[in-house]
Amino acid sequence: MSYERPDGRKHEDLRPITAKAGVIKNATGSGYFKIGNTAAYAGVYGPQEMHPKFLQNPKGGVLRCTYNLLPFAGMGDRVRPGPSRRSKEISLVTEKSLLPVVDLSEYPNAVVDVFIELTETDAGSRCAGICAAAIALADAGIVMKDMVAAVSCGKVAGNVVVDLDYKEEAYEGEVADIPIAMVPSTGEITLLQMDGPVSEEELKQALEMVKPAIQQIVDAQNKAIRDSFGGVKK
Amino acid sequence: MSELLVQHKEIVVPGQILAKGMDFFPSFGTYRRNEDIVANRLGLVNLDGKVIKTIPLSGTYLPKRGDTIIARVTDILMSGWRAAIYNSPYESMLMVKEASNDFIAKGADLRQYFDINEFFVAKITNVTSQKLVDLTVRGPGLRKLRGGTLISVNAHKVPRIIGKKGSMVSMIKDATGCRITVGQNGLIWILGEPKQEVIAIKAIKKIEQESFTSGLTDTMKQYLEEATGTKVEMKAKEDEVQQ
Amino acid sequence: MISNDEAKKHLIKALKEGVRLDERKVDEFRELKIEYGVSSTAEGSALVTCGDTQILAGVKIELGTPYPDTPDEGGLMVGMELAPIAHEDLESGPPGINAIEISRVIDRGIRESESFDKKKLCVKAGEQVWTVIVDLLPLNHDGNLIDIGGLAALAAIKNAVFPSIKDGVADYKNKTKDKVELEKLPIPVTVIKIGDSFLVDPTYAEEEMLDARLTVTTMDDGRLCAMQKGGDVPLTAEDVEKMVSLAVERGKEIRKLLG
Repeated sequence: MSYERPDGRKHEDLRPITAKAGVIKNATGSGYFKIGNTAAYAGVYGPQEMHPKFLQNPKGGVLRCTYNLLPFAGMGDRVRPGPSRRSKEISLVTEKSLLPVVDLSEYPNAVVDVFIELTETDAGSRCAGICAAAIALADAGIVMKDMVAAVSCGKVAGNVVVDLDYKEEAYEGEVADIPIAMVPSTGEITLLQMDGPVSEEELKQALEMVKPAIQQIVDAQNKAIRDSFGGVKK
Repeated sequence: MSELLVQHKEIVVPGQILAKGMDFFPSFGTYRRNEDIVANRLGLVNLDGKVIKTIPLSGTYLPKRGDTIIARVTDILMSGWRAAIYNSPYESMLMVKEASNDFIAKGADLRQYFDINEFFVAKITNVTSQKLVDLTVRGPGLRKLRGGTLISVNAHKVPRIIGKKGSMVSMIKDATGCRITVGQNGLIWILGEPKQEVIAIKAIKKIEQESFTSGLTDTMKQYLEEATGTKVEMKAKEDEVQQ
Repeated sequence: MISNDEAKKHLIKALKEGVRLDERKVDEFRELKIEYGVSSTAEGSALVTCGDTQILAGVKIELGTPYPDTPDEGGLMVGMELAPIAHEDLESGPPGINAIEISRVIDRGIRESESFDKKKLCVKAGEQVWTVIVDLLPLNHDGNLIDIGGLAALAAIKNAVFPSIKDGVADYKNKTKDKVELEKLPIPVTVIKIGDSFLVDPTYAEEEMLDARLTVTTMDDGRLCAMQKGGDVPLTAEDVEKMVSLAVERGKEIRKLLG
């Protein structure tokens, strides 16, 4: 099929990526991830003392993620500051997408806080937030069996594509948007959401197409972390 | 057939495969996944024969028995003092009998020994599985800190700041005439002439930033000579305690 | 630098010799850097770095109805959120008193300088006017949020263009080339007093040890348009004179950065 994407990308192509580590000096670890015009900062603090105390877990540390869309980061009107139902849900699924790789067993009763701030968005903001958070967690020296990378895939005009932007999400006709987070070495899926109709066959196709995209993102994340420590030292 | 995929002192990231095959053995900062050895935290590769481990570059401080740290009094209880350990999620306890070589009578005003918000150098005597930390200030160099400036650095850079047998910190002390105490938790206390303190702080920050570059001792010698305008002797003191 | 009473006594001693622990002179700012256009969704944006303090500013320009008593005037709002991404001591939740004070001091400076003509924000008198809303987020907090936030707000406004209007509503996807005209550049400069010393551009630790502070917002012609005293210790009239003259001097230099 000859579906032409609004920005001329091939169906399997990602938008341009900028990834950085160590961008917030006060944080234990931090990351910045920009894909197209969607950009997120993530700051990790901890493991630190958990407040309020009743949330402490004596068996190990707790991972706590907070996703926030800045008032000027939405596509339309100013977004009212403070948590919304949307941002709370995204915070939750972000936490769940990172938890499977993170090991906090050495830190009973402590918390690792991940604060994610979106500074501009053009669709795919939760995925960008997860990518920035994974960089920040690694930068903070947290024990992780692997990285996590995330990107959306979906269906636009009957075509399976990777990394939808806002224009594609707003396509008049059938659109499916499937944000996915993946552990690159095992292919395990840690975030999976979808809105819009697809067939089983199309979903299978999308999950296949997302794998090389995930690897590309992981390479960018890893390069950012190495670069912030002066690159590969021989 | 086994194959090593990284070099000594290379920076590795979580999930990176370091070696393939059963001839290599995973140690700190790594784990075995099927036949591979994989990094599970950011660090510098350290190869010791067939044993692969990583040395962490960042992260908070996890209290360890035997470490000398700098802590701050947060509360005074019947039995002693509660103290915050900077750069760490855990609090610590200094019991009355560990607070002084002298006898402290029951019911004495404990503020006279250590008051709220005061900093002190202590040794960790015990850490439980739930990270309850016990301290003592009975021992050489352990004491309350009076005056001086406290700065916080990445706790993982502390060994580099101290240097081999204390050589690096000695060099800064000799060049600046400052008294310096380095806590394993990344808190550093400096006392000297204001201008010399500024040089010492800058030197410490420089080591923190460039800790993974080679020839750091020479770089620091040169920096200190330029900053203080005096010749810096390099002598590794055998008997240097980590202070 | 970590502060307590002992550290403060020690700092006062060093300041008496004119020595600041980061090598600066007492009347010296850290290096300031302004980056424009850092958020594509905002009508204008800027990232200002001053030493280890970094503040992001974004402007949204919204259409709304005017107040009945000023039917042909638009509005301006400046707000800062002190989110926990910037420092371990900050907590999540609605803006606390510190964030509110900073926001109001910056807002007042811009408002009182009458740096832009509110009548130019009028689309149709009595029906539709523009409101310029500046949101500030410190990404890293190492002190002096008022001055750096104030500069970031001005830089972001300078960078802003109006959205177009389609069918009576703002069309954010099609921006115009019309700029928000800033007629004056009101620069806030905060001078703090520790012991007998006066310092500009305090770090986080210096702020924790301050006795008093005074923010003075100055305009292009050297006159003042807003002030705010903070801290627990009173100031003498001589103190105020010294602090104001320091603020005027530094204000002139900072204004040049906005070109």
